Amino acid sequence: MNTPSNLKYTQSDEWFDPATGAVGITDYAQGQLSDIVFVEILVDEGEEVTVGKAIASVESVKASSEIYAPAAGKVSAVNKDLSNAPESINTDPYGAAWMIKIEGGTTSDAMDAAAYEKYCEGRTH
Amino acid sequence: MATIIEPTIFELSSPGRRGVKMPASDVPEMALPPKEFLRSELPLPELAEVDVVRHYMSLSKMNYSVDSGFYPLGSCTMKYNPKINEDTCRLPGFLFTHPLQPIETVQGNLALMFEMQEWLKEISGFAGVTLQPAAGAHGEFTGVLMMAAYHKLRGDTKRTKMLIPDAAHGTNPASVGMLGMQVVTIPSDARGNVDLRALESACDDTVAGMMLTNPNTLGMFDENIEKVVALVKDCGALMYGDGANLNALLGIVRPGDLGFDVMHFNLHKTFSVPHGGGGPGSGPVGVSQRLVDFLPSPLVGILEESEGDMAPLYGFVTPKNTIGRMKAFHGHFGGGLVRSYTYIAMHGPDGLKDISQYAVLNANYLQARLRDTYKIPFDRICMHEFVMEGKFEGSDVRALDISKRLMDFNFHPPTNYFPLIVSEALMIEPTETENKDTLDRFADALIKIAEEAKTQPDLLHNAPITTKFGRMDEVKAARELVLCCWLPENYEQMA
Amino acid sequence: MTYIPISPAERDAMLKTVGVKSLDDLFEAVPARHRFPKLDLPPALTEMEAAAHLGEMAASNENVRQDLISFLGAGAYNHYVPSVVDHILRRGEFYTAYTPYQPEISQGTLQAIFEYQSLMASLTGMEVSNASHYDGATATAEAVNLAYAQFRGKRKKIVMSPSVHPQYRQVIRTYTQAMGLEEAGDDSARHEDGPEALISLFDENTMIVIVQYPDFFGRIYDLAQVINAAHEKGALVCVVANPTALLMLKSPGDMGADIVVGEAQPFGIPLWYGGPYLGFFTTRKSYVHKMAGRLVGETVDVRGNRSYVLTLTAREQHIKRERATSNICTNQGLLALGCSVYMSVLGKQGLQEVANLCYQKAHYAAAELSKIKSFGLCHPEPFFHEFVLCTPKPASEVNQYLLDHGVLGGYDLGADYPDMQNHLLVAVTEMNSKEEIDTLVELLKEM
Repeated sequence: MNTPSNLKYTQSDEWFDPATGAVGITDYAQGQLSDIVFVEILVDEGEEVTVGKAIASVESVKASSEIYAPAAGKVSAVNKDLSNAPESINTDPYGAAWMIKIEGGTTSDAMDAAAYEKYCEGRTH
Repeated sequence: MATIIEPTIFELSSPGRRGVKMPASDVPEMALPPKEFLRSELPLPELAEVDVVRHYMSLSKMNYSVDSGFYPLGSCTMKYNPKINEDTCRLPGFLFTHPLQPIETVQGNLALMFEMQEWLKEISGFAGVTLQPAAGAHGEFTGVLMMAAYHKLRGDTKRTKMLIPDAAHGTNPASVGMLGMQVVTIPSDARGNVDLRALESACDDTVAGMMLTNPNTLGMFDENIEKVVALVKDCGALMYGDGANLNALLGIVRPGDLGFDVMHFNLHKTFSVPHGGGGPGSGPVGVSQRLVDFLPSPLVGILEESEGDMAPLYGFVTPKNTIGRMKAFHGHFGGGLVRSYTYIAMHGPDGLKDISQYAVLNANYLQARLRDTYKIPFDRICMHEFVMEGKFEGSDVRALDISKRLMDFNFHPPTNYFPLIVSEALMIEPTETENKDTLDRFADALIKIAEEAKTQPDLLHNAPITTKFGRMDEVKAARELVLCCWLPENYEQMA
Repeated sequence: MTYIPISPAERDAMLKTVGVKSLDDLFEAVPARHRFPKLDLPPALTEMEAAAHLGEMAASNENVRQDLISFLGAGAYNHYVPSVVDHILRRGEFYTAYTPYQPEISQGTLQAIFEYQSLMASLTGMEVSNASHYDGATATAEAVNLAYAQFRGKRKKIVMSPSVHPQYRQVIRTYTQAMGLEEAGDDSARHEDGPEALISLFDENTMIVIVQYPDFFGRIYDLAQVINAAHEKGALVCVVANPTALLMLKSPGDMGADIVVGEAQPFGIPLWYGGPYLGFFTTRKSYVHKMAGRLVGETVDVRGNRSYVLTLTAREQHIKRERATSNICTNQGLLALGCSVYMSVLGKQGLQEVANLCYQKAHYAAAELSKIKSFGLCHPEPFFHEFVLCTPKPASEVNQYLLDHGVLGGYDLGADYPDMQNHLLVAVTEMNSKEEIDTLVELLKEM
């Protein structure tokens, strides 16, 4: 399981990059969902989001999941290419598969990489 | 290139080939509309009649069906579909009546519909029935619309929540979602009943109703059903019954008597309308007295009472506070109501009770035969179906593998991965139309598969082996999304 | 015990295995005071008795093949169904199968649905079709659901032509009553208007525009202008189409429609007093994830065989639950098969013959009827196989007179459009002989 140390993580498996404001889902989450075939970003550029607001919806062959904002702030960018390449969530969850950027985003109770890894180990799916 | 087992109807086309011809026109030639209104091409297949027959015959042979074998698909009630129904629903008087004919010319249809309403009321204990909904999910949507309309008319606008047990069918929350209501999930307790404490704390004046399948999707009749209904009603909410499992209750108990306010019937489950490879179904809805005025419009009623030898005049009536029309015309009359009417007429009160008693006997018999081999998480007398776990200690064999392996024994698999609250669920509903020999062979197969899971797990991972087709690449289907084929000559422009 | 294959001895052996004494003992979880109600239903009939009873009920109707001459359409049409269709539908392998959840042993149903999707996409000029809906009206309502989901609830206005089938408009209102939508255009008094009259109603809040083709009155319009105007405002356009008409007329896909829906009953499905019928739904590939209903896609199995599966199932209610576009979980499987067999066995040429016969006979009827004093065609626009006849007396009276002579004259439009009391909607298909049409004309001349 890949868990970059520069990112923050949520219990609902989103990652947040405090340096760039980028948001996506974790390697662990993409593995649980398996082959992702559809992603829809549910917010627009310029929109204000609060922590926990649904920002995207992903569908795999067998499951569907909503992605929630890990931080509050203004949406400064939306990854418009992602809907044409939803499989990049499986192959590059921390890179090409960023979903939105939250400008000046603040997180409340996000975990660091070590805490998130421990959290995932403790889960039985 | 993939191997083609049976070409598509488009691939079988050959330009200039003819099937059924229509007669020449017997009227003087009339001018066509201006060219700009006409289509320039009609890219449809061209075949001879025998080509068409051979094609669909060969497709039919790739299907498993109730007519060919045991189909214990939990929650779907895959019972035998009597052949007489196929004849009655095709009687010319039913087949060739137009839905907008004057009522005087279709009194036979209307009498059948009126009686069907009355029979379903009697079977379920409800005060009113609509025959309009086209399927179970459509009936559910109808029911939820009526519940919302009931509260709205009373000015009780803060009731925006629907309580739904964790074991519910996905259609329940989806129906609620179509109204923008909020779903509140209620857990099940250790015996497979609704958790009464959780229910009690969820019931307040913001609750519109509860949607309950009883027996539930574990096949358990809720042992506290009267308390559940009382809790819901005491907070001013309405009680919805999902009739998917009515095959366990005919002549056993009437949901209306238990205090339910609304329930949909699945005529394609309980009352032998064939499933047709996924439809058409038929989903009439019954309601208690307080919802009768909200039923969809129109219903069939008596416009003029019978006098002496004269039959009554049947026609359409509109309920006072109707939610409106759920579909065009009058419901699934021919393929749904006529078949079910025939079925109920041939059973009578005692025959209906037999159906449920034997459906429940068959399920309990299978459960008893499998109890020592498979874990049954909620193990008590079940109703018409039961759920067991398709996994074994120390084995990577899953419910899916067991299901696929059953095909090698020439059985249709049970429902798997539902309900969601049982890990690796296998949900088995034998129905009343199976004999003891079939049930024994099925149990023997499952016991043998459990043995294979220990000794040769790869056999299960690779199953099915003996069928014409093996497991499918579902990821490829979803990623490449090839959803149509075209005539060979049109491929370039469409691709 | 009508269909229960268990002997008393077998029953007793099974009860013993279960560990109970009697069948009644299986139901102790049911509250005792409500257990085993006595049902007041008629006693059971044998098969022979049921066949006779149902035969009598059916025979007490007057049907449009043996008893009445019919010019009634208005959303359900009397067409010839080739014999092959019902022979295929009576195959137990098709009609007693369930939804094809296990593709290895359901390829017959799956390939048949895939072919149905292909046939409907070709007919409507669209890129994809789903596996079908309950009927034309509910398919139209699902188009509204698609649009609502596509704009994520941010656009809330439906613009609907008053010449969409009145029952379809009613169903849309029922479906959407709790969604807080704004409706425009649906004004029965504006029935004379063509589709362009809707354009002034389009705005940035418009999610979907719904028009019918040919419209409820049978009129044909080129819809390109109205579709372009809707697209300029970013709205989707749904065209409710008659499949028989599409065999001859320019397809809605060609005119730029985003969604094409309709009632496929004319394609091989009996009138059956209104159902079950077959709602078709086709659209552009870009909307496929928001489309309700089952969908079959091509793939391969582990042995390299081309095969078919239900795909994009994570959109549906059993996975997405309350977030799904719709709660729908069936299609009209068997009737979609019937539609495919109908289209295949008539084939391109046979289908074109059906369309041409409908057109020719309807136009002959219209020409002859409009020669009768005080009768006339109400609309100048081109039409396909249905048209509105203006009558000197209320259409209800005309219909009663015709019925007394064994003729169903048509649909009385006054029932839905208050100022159309003297308007009769007349449908003519290949089933109407010249002799029948002449009978209608003669009767009206004598009225």
